[in-house]
Amino acid sequence: MYLQLAHFGVLLALLAAAVSLPIRSISAGARMAFTLLGLSGLVTAVSGCMGMLTGCSLNLILPIGLPWLNSHQHLDPLAGFFLIIVGGVTAIVSLFGPSYIIGSVSDSAAARTLAFFTGLFVAGMYLVILAADAFSFMVAWELMSVASYFLVAHEHHKKENVAAAFIYLLMAQAGGLFILLGYGVLAGFGTGFTFADMQAATLPEHWQHIAFALAFIGFGMKAGIVPLHVWLPQAHPVAPSHISALMSGVMLKVAVYGFIRFCYGLLGTFYWQWGVIILLVGCASALLGILYALMQQDLKRLLAYSSVENIGIIYMGLGLSVLFASNGNPVLAALGLVAALYHCVNHALFKSLLFLGAGALINQSGQHDLNRMGGLMRLMPITAICFLVGCISISALPPFNGFVSEWLTFQTALQGTVLDSGVTKSIIAVAAASLALTGALAAACFVKVFGIAFLGQARHQDTLQAHEVSFGMRASQILLASGCLLLGIFPSAAINSMQTIPTDLLGIGLSQVEAGGWLWLTPISARASSYGAPLVLFGISIAWAGAYLLLHPRRRKTPVRYSPRWDCGFGSLSTRNQYTATSFSQPIRRIFRPVWPIDERIDPPTPAAEGGRYSVHVGDWAWEKLYLPLGRMVQRSAKMVTKIQGGNIRTYLAYSFFTLIIMLWIVI
Amino acid sequence: MNVSGWILALGQTALLILLAPLLSGWIKWVKCKFQNRRGPIPWQPYRDLAKLFRKEVVVAQQASPLFRATPYLVFSVTVLASSIVPAFAVGLPTAVIADVIVMVGFFALARFFLCLAGMDLGTAFGGMGASREVTISSLTEPAMLLAIFTLAMTFTSTNLDAMVLYTLTQPFQIYPSFIFAGMSLLLVGVAECGRIPIDNPATHLELTMIHEAMILEYSGRHLALLEWASMLKMLIFGVLICNLFLPWGTALHLEPTAIAIGLLTLGIKLMGLGFVLAASESVLAKMRLFRTPELLSLAFIIALLGMLGHVILEVH
Repeated sequence: MYLQLAHFGVLLALLAAAVSLPIRSISAGARMAFTLLGLSGLVTAVSGCMGMLTGCSLNLILPIGLPWLNSHQHLDPLAGFFLIIVGGVTAIVSLFGPSYIIGSVSDSAAARTLAFFTGLFVAGMYLVILAADAFSFMVAWELMSVASYFLVAHEHHKKENVAAAFIYLLMAQAGGLFILLGYGVLAGFGTGFTFADMQAATLPEHWQHIAFALAFIGFGMKAGIVPLHVWLPQAHPVAPSHISALMSGVMLKVAVYGFIRFCYGLLGTFYWQWGVIILLVGCASALLGILYALMQQDLKRLLAYSSVENIGIIYMGLGLSVLFASNGNPVLAALGLVAALYHCVNHALFKSLLFLGAGALINQSGQHDLNRMGGLMRLMPITAICFLVGCISISALPPFNGFVSEWLTFQTALQGTVLDSGVTKSIIAVAAASLALTGALAAACFVKVFGIAFLGQARHQDTLQAHEVSFGMRASQILLASGCLLLGIFPSAAINSMQTIPTDLLGIGLSQVEAGGWLWLTPISARASSYGAPLVLFGISIAWAGAYLLLHPRRRKTPVRYSPRWDCGFGSLSTRNQYTATSFSQPIRRIFRPVWPIDERIDPPTPAAEGGRYSVHVGDWAWEKLYLPLGRMVQRSAKMVTKIQGGNIRTYLAYSFFTLIIMLWIVI
Repeated sequence: MNVSGWILALGQTALLILLAPLLSGWIKWVKCKFQNRRGPIPWQPYRDLAKLFRKEVVVAQQASPLFRATPYLVFSVTVLASSIVPAFAVGLPTAVIADVIVMVGFFALARFFLCLAGMDLGTAFGGMGASREVTISSLTEPAMLLAIFTLAMTFTSTNLDAMVLYTLTQPFQIYPSFIFAGMSLLLVGVAECGRIPIDNPATHLELTMIHEAMILEYSGRHLALLEWASMLKMLIFGVLICNLFLPWGTALHLEPTAIAIGLLTLGIKLMGLGFVLAASESVLAKMRLFRTPELLSLAFIIALLGMLGHVILEVH
């Protein structure tokens, strides 16, 4: 029943794609398409909710496909959970979309393509999650990848957009190939292509490792783990903001879903080596992601790198989970899995929120560059407050949601002492250290973002023209911000309703989560750790109210006086005296110097620039050490292959002849 | 509902808030004695705070609402942190609200807003202070978490209450990892509270200040709240270091004599710690800003070594 509801959601998304094509008016088309898309999101989220809460698995065979290979669909707790993320965020983003399109797209054809592929993209994501056989999965996966390629390539008259979209498509296809091979390994040892058949397949140990490696690389390319992350900072800045929100907030989670499904659902056995690999790659992604984010000036590129960081945190939770599962501690494995999943939904909320906020900023100020923003809090107060909530959440500060999932990951890591091997125990200790470092650096990064963009004085004329965005754009941000707060304050209720997922995958849930009552989150036991998020908020409010009331008579007596800024009495200040994004991160750049390839130069004074000119460009080692050499190698080998292309018809005929002979020889 | 427990918890919070300026005054007084100066009386900080509360508040015209909310927020978050520390007794009902990771999160939250307030007006010093503060905290915060994790793994709990209780009830033993964790936590405490050699609370020298640069634009009761919050933070760090490593004397049961002993021993421990801090501040010079990361990464590495030592050597 709920599965049919989910399919109804898919149909609505496809309808949203179709309906936008014939409508010429940009505003009417966008409204129509996004209304349908929002409805589809709601419907799917409801069905996902039911799928997760009931905890049973629904199956359906659709009469689509080859006669002997119908499309299998399913809805189990894991799929339900991810449907909630995809559907929920899609529904909220649909509020944002219309005014954003009307405000930033002037060409009717471009608006129609955008709406068309948005519908396909969302439908593709739903179908990936609902798929229960490898064929349906791959078709849906490619639908998602290719549709989002067209969204990234949306402003295709700009050269860098085309380049970014091409890199994205290339990596998406390479990743798709790895996934396909991974399924191929499973199908080769099993009896068919459905997930149930693959699950039943018995693989020799080395084939299990091969299948895991293929899936890890394939899904990792989409999820954006280091060093497979390079498409993210290219594609996100050029895509429209609501698409970035969907891609970063939701599509990366679909990749995580695929990986969890492959590891926990299909492979079903766990090796400690896998846990170590996932954990270490997660640590590297988290640390490098946030360090690179800190150095960015382009707001959306910064957010893209921060997605790499958050995917790293999710992978850390998964790695811990796999380690504990391989060691025979299913409860702790469930805890790690829940921590990772909770971070999935949290990241979906706050990253969509931040991308929508960034979209509102860019829409209003016309600037991508943080160094040209400033003082926007006064001009766009609602957006600013929502963005602040997003910044606090992503910096993992209590009492918001990002903190809860990092806290759970820490709690899982602290249980590392139950493992048998000293090596894995030490690796977990190092992982906890890097998570702690990541959290602190994330706070630094988002102090920078909010402080530079919203506080201070405007650094560029255009920023002064900004004003608060339309109702729909505000409403979507407010909804996401309240989601961040709610999931931060009532984590025990949320986690309790997620119990069905570890119960389904690992055979055991977290029985202790609400052991001390709904006020306290106690993942392991009440003695080991507790976090009373509602009480934290209550305590802060009480203390605030106390301080406020105590000072009230004083406030009546001496009201606040307004005056110019003091700044140690250093005299008149221009907006150029302020710290910029570049100068703010300079001390960190100096401390972690070898992490980035930095091109820093000071040009001598010229008549145009009297004081000289300072410029700094921060690159990415992954490009310089991995992808560029790889690209050069491909080009070199392509050149070698051209030698056999003589352009002479006789040579080609000879090639065909010899190929034929060899083929015949092999066959006979 | 444990009424007397809640009253005691409230009493502890009020006591810590009220005693925080005294610790600062005490450290200053001891330091002056070390340096052969007469020095202000130990309760001078109370007079300073009272003066600031009476003074008029001057706010810059460019300030956003965030600037005016920050002092209240920083103060209330620090107050909440003080309510979860087991100061003179274990078993207070507020202790389970948050564990030690959450407490580190509270400090991070307060710092987050303080940095934003520093950047709010667009002054050069505010940005400078914020940038330096996040740089330093991005090294101290993980070091602190690691040091605490080392203890938490031994105590199999991250609840401060359970950690203190464990040491009090188990037979006495000195773990090697605790020595590492303790050294690291001391370094972190010095850095977090803005003391020498990381920052100097006594000066407003433009090129070296960190904490003072962020609160430069505050005046009157806003400044008073921020100063009080930073004194309270120092007291919390003091209590934490004392009670995690030397919890003896802390009341196990909520009864008058035990609590009196707990209060007395806490006072002695804090005076001792203040003495050590004043002594170290008298013999050390402030570090150049770009040398501080070396010291703080040392704290981080020590903490990591302690943790690795614990998981490799001390766990079977």
